[in-house]
Amino acid sequence: MPIISRGFKGRRRDDAPRDRVPPGQYVTDDFPVLSAGPTPHTPLDQWDFTIVGEVDERRRWTWDELRALPSETITVDISCVTKWTKLDTVWEGVSVDTLLDGVETSAEYLTVFCDGGYTTNLPLADVTGGQAWIAFAYDGEPLEPEHGGPARLLVPHLYFWKSAKWVRGLRLTATDELGFWESNGYHNYGDPWKEQRYWGD
Amino acid sequence: MEALRLDGNAAAGLLSEVFAGEVTTAVGTCDSCGAVEAVGAIHVYMAAGTVLRCPHCEAVVMKVVTDGERIWMDLRGLRTLELAS
Ligand SMILES: [Zn+2]
Repeated sequence: MPIISRGFKGRRRDDAPRDRVPPGQYVTDDFPVLSAGPTPHTPLDQWDFTIVGEVDERRRWTWDELRALPSETITVDISCVTKWTKLDTVWEGVSVDTLLDGVETSAEYLTVFCDGGYTTNLPLADVTGGQAWIAFAYDGEPLEPEHGGPARLLVPHLYFWKSAKWVRGLRLTATDELGFWESNGYHNYGDPWKEQRYWGD
Repeated sequence: MEALRLDGNAAAGLLSEVFAGEVTTAVGTCDSCGAVEAVGAIHVYMAAGTVLRCPHCEAVVMKVVTDGERIWMDLRGLRTLELAS
């Protein structure tokens, strides 16, 4: 099996099934760390998750309340816009469907907000129907801070900048509001299978 | 020390595609806290794009994204940038 060293970008796996690797991506066994800022270290007793914006009433969970909700083990492939794809990553998290259960809203979009100020925007339809989770464990271990712990959004069908690290909540909006990268060159939607990397793709 | 953080020299190549002259000695003013620093002293993070942050308050002073043909720069956090003419 040919394995080519690619430095910090990890190893290229040429035996990966092609129908699982989006165009322009290479497969890595590593888990590269990309951060737009310093790693926040919010103590769990000060951490909460909220759903705000265009909702009938604000929802809030403490860390213990979130962890008491039903959780799922999720095995998915993830693709970063910097061109690495990682197959069969295993996460544990709470489905966004569970958090939105009973929430009355006319919103069609949301902004994900995070410790450190990062934001990303998505259509509401892309985080419902078993497509998105608030993930707090990776590979059977609590999610490390450098990978977004204590919790990150997991939306594996879109480029991984949408899977915001250090997530603290969702703001439901009537109109689409561009996030941290979407406002400066990166594609508004980010479908890896359509190579929607940049504006105009 | 933040392990993932680099200094402004790490962004010098990217910025020299936009700004003429020696960019690491250019002096930027943070719009959030007013601190004045040489670009070489600014904190740099490599994510989907490159993020430059004020070394005093960590506010974003510049976001730079390139697709190889185009460069996008968000300068909202930079009050002014003084370059040698
Ligand atoms: Zn500042």
